[in-house]
Amino acid sequence: MNSKHKIVIIGNGMVGHRFIEELVDKDFRDNFSITTFCEEKNLAYDRVSLSTYFNGKTKEDLSLMPEGYYEENGVEIFIGDKAESIDRKAKVVKSAGGREVHYDTLVLATGSYPFVPPIQGQKQYYFEGYRAFECGDHKQHIHVYRTIDDLDAIKASASKSEIGTVIGGGLLGLECANALKNLGLKTHVVDRGPSLMGVQIDAEGGIVLRAKIEESGVQVHTSKSTKLISSGKEARYQLQFDDGTYLETDILVFSSGIRPRDEIARKAGLKIGDKGGIVIDSECRTSDEDIFAIGECALWNGQIFGLVSPGYKMAGVAADIITAQGDRRFEGADMSTKLKLIGVDVASIGDSHGRTEGSRSFSFRDELKGTYKKIVISPEGNRLLGAILIGGVEEYGTLQQMMLNEMTLPKDPGSLILPTTEEAAAGVGLDTLPEAAIICSCHNVTKGELMKSVQDGATTIGEIKTATCASTGCGGCSTMCKQLLDNELAKRGVDVNTDLCEHFPYTRQELYGLIRVKGIRNFETLLAEHGHGAGCEICKPAVASILAACWNEYILKDEHYGLQDTNDRMLANMQKDGTYSIVPRVAGGEITPEKLIALGEIAKKWNLYTKITGGQRIDLFGARQEQLPLIWEDLVAVGFESGHAYGKALRTVKSCVGSTWCRYGQQDSVGLAVEIETRYKGLRTPHKLKMAVSGCTRECAEAQGKDVGIIATDLGWNLYVCGNGGMKPRHADLLAADLNKESLIKYIDRFLMYYVRTADRLQRTAPWLENIEGGVEHLKAVIIEDSLGIAEQLEGEMAHIIDTYQCEWKTTVASPEKRKRFRMFVNSDETDNNVIFVEERGQIRPATDDEKFELGVSRKEVFE
Amino acid sequence: MKKVAETTYNKICAMNDIPHNAGVCALVDGKQIALFRIGDKNELYAISNYDPFSKANVISRGIVGTMGEIPKVVSPIYKQQFNLTNGQCIDNPKVSIPTYPIREQGGAIYVSAIENC
Repeated sequence: MNSKHKIVIIGNGMVGHRFIEELVDKDFRDNFSITTFCEEKNLAYDRVSLSTYFNGKTKEDLSLMPEGYYEENGVEIFIGDKAESIDRKAKVVKSAGGREVHYDTLVLATGSYPFVPPIQGQKQYYFEGYRAFECGDHKQHIHVYRTIDDLDAIKASASKSEIGTVIGGGLLGLECANALKNLGLKTHVVDRGPSLMGVQIDAEGGIVLRAKIEESGVQVHTSKSTKLISSGKEARYQLQFDDGTYLETDILVFSSGIRPRDEIARKAGLKIGDKGGIVIDSECRTSDEDIFAIGECALWNGQIFGLVSPGYKMAGVAADIITAQGDRRFEGADMSTKLKLIGVDVASIGDSHGRTEGSRSFSFRDELKGTYKKIVISPEGNRLLGAILIGGVEEYGTLQQMMLNEMTLPKDPGSLILPTTEEAAAGVGLDTLPEAAIICSCHNVTKGELMKSVQDGATTIGEIKTATCASTGCGGCSTMCKQLLDNELAKRGVDVNTDLCEHFPYTRQELYGLIRVKGIRNFETLLAEHGHGAGCEICKPAVASILAACWNEYILKDEHYGLQDTNDRMLANMQKDGTYSIVPRVAGGEITPEKLIALGEIAKKWNLYTKITGGQRIDLFGARQEQLPLIWEDLVAVGFESGHAYGKALRTVKSCVGSTWCRYGQQDSVGLAVEIETRYKGLRTPHKLKMAVSGCTRECAEAQGKDVGIIATDLGWNLYVCGNGGMKPRHADLLAADLNKESLIKYIDRFLMYYVRTADRLQRTAPWLENIEGGVEHLKAVIIEDSLGIAEQLEGEMAHIIDTYQCEWKTTVASPEKRKRFRMFVNSDETDNNVIFVEERGQIRPATDDEKFELGVSRKEVFE
Repeated sequence: MKKVAETTYNKICAMNDIPHNAGVCALVDGKQIALFRIGDKNELYAISNYDPFSKANVISRGIVGTMGEIPKVVSPIYKQQFNLTNGQCIDNPKVSIPTYPIREQGGAIYVSAIENC
């Protein structure tokens, strides 16, 4: 007999899932049991980022939870089963799959469905659950845009089509148009209203937005009502508009708004709004006190909230009420939005249309740059009511905070959006905000919480993100978070010491600048001019890396030798017993049988332990220091080069077999991997660098876990950056899509040199990005749009590295002087008698301490 | 520092055989001793090559530098720091490694295998 209070949730979308997360956070398991119905065959995923599914993101990427999350937390889930009715008397939910589940408390998180306007000729559209099904002849090519299944269907029909049309020019419609464009279709957007995004943006803004969108190649048709869909002459369908014009298209996607899915609540007799929506109060309770509704299906104060963040708020409120832990209430939500649509930044804040009686507005339109900015102020002229920003949204954070916190406007409110007073706009602010002000609206993080994280010891943006989740959603608040961090640290008198070490009062970035600008070629000069003491294990390798990245001299040159860290010093990887492993370069993981045999012969000759690495190369272990030049002599003779496995440098470019062999491959991934590895081999970076190239979106090379990942599309290459595997996995961010090879290489050049220039010592690209103000958008601006005007410089710096490449081992083997460095003893040809190998599974391995003892090798004193 | 009889010194190598601001390893009476040559004045240090933390003979391959005024070498394996003048481990006061007498004469390096006290 289960005495726990049973909570049943209908709907496993973003909001339904958030509700469960809230319960998990409240440690519900002692008192509650949770069951949820998930009608789709995919568990909750990020619907907001749905369009990235066409840019190479997978279902797994979009998923909102790690695998096994529900199982681990004891949540019962019925996937692919639709809850069909509620028996309120018996408190039982009945499902399409024949389940009858008892509840003590029921939560409806059924979301919404895409609205499809009745159009003649389209025969009839009908809905079964979340999916729209078409009757008649048009199956497969008329779609809605709501779920992953919809996207799969759109993708399938796009492969047989050339023209795509979206009906509906709202926010989702434009997202969808972008998706069609990314699928390589000639794309049209049709809207009944006079301008795009009519809900969020006024007519004048609509004109600017339209111009920008048409610039990108998407054609916009406004004030067009579709009255008939018939068979087309040139394309699959013809849309006939009520003004007598027509448009032909192969694919049609409806994105004409959403409607709350309230049918199950209706059937159960719950109170429903006139235009739909399940009526709730501030506790998210419906007209039945044991039933709650949250998210887009709920109607609060006559209003439906079609954004995810109000839905998250409701989820939190319902969790507080149901568990009687916490006192949040739903009191409306800010519907401000900021997003990038077809490459255009668009933001809308509060009463953007100026519907408040007596309100007045300021606007500024720059047709040259294609920007439009407008603010709406209160009749008294002292409060900000709303704003619209198109083409540039830097002011979003400030304006939204001013509106939400009812801050007093500056004397000349126009200065908030006029371009000449950027400083003034940026300065408004943070200090005057109350602690309750929400800075990150994606995760509801307040200014107070951010301050507390600094109090608790956070000193970088990365640490703030980890502690509070702020700025990990849309990233729109990252500038404000950084400002707040700086302010707080300054206020606390925390002197954050960013010096590299006691010998240099500079950051790595500053040292890089000094070395590059002053043309400093060695450590001695740098120390004499800018440092003190004799250096240490921190600054020496860091400076060695910078010198190599700038001038690319042979790293074992006398003046550089003592700077090199453990592995670089011997051009090999030191293992636990002081012997080394050797990894020759096998670019792209491609190797001829002859070379494979040669490698095997050499390994056999020197009795090395061999293992295949994760980077598609072969690692040879157990080389004694004095053997290294001899082994490399053999390797160089058969054409191998250094693999730089020992350096903070480019390691490998992993690849899948690609279109040359694979049935699914879109492009020649091996060819590209070889080319890229050859291009960047030897490049020294702040930390090691891994790359991969996948030949299709199946992603067999795991490119999204690399610092630079490239995935083939049917149109070119998608470039991902700043991914990481290992200890702290991070999926890479998409930097640019569908690139040709020339642009791809140009962007990688710029990306790498920008990383070399700005990263901290031993900072991988993933944490580097986490700490960049503005995140990946900033990177895009620098790398793609050249916002800092340094692109050419970066490319030039890379060209120098490529031109001056040398195989370090070839140089070393050829120099009798350098070879002397590898002797074990300066005064004897003996070998290290503490290096002992035993055999295991047919190969050598280092002997353990006990084995050494048994073998009679004297054991030295052991320090504890 | 204990006085060392002249006869216990062994001639090891030329001074230039020790790379500047780095080290080499010498085998002296069966003992592995790391030799370092540091700075403008070619200060010389001799310290055990055995790293007690990794139990491997690797100290000669460590990076040398200073901490304040203290000259140090950093083990290349797990990065513990040792004071070059007395062998004291800077990260763990309970651990120290032997140092040895070293001197230069006529461009040659001489080392004794009898530990400093």
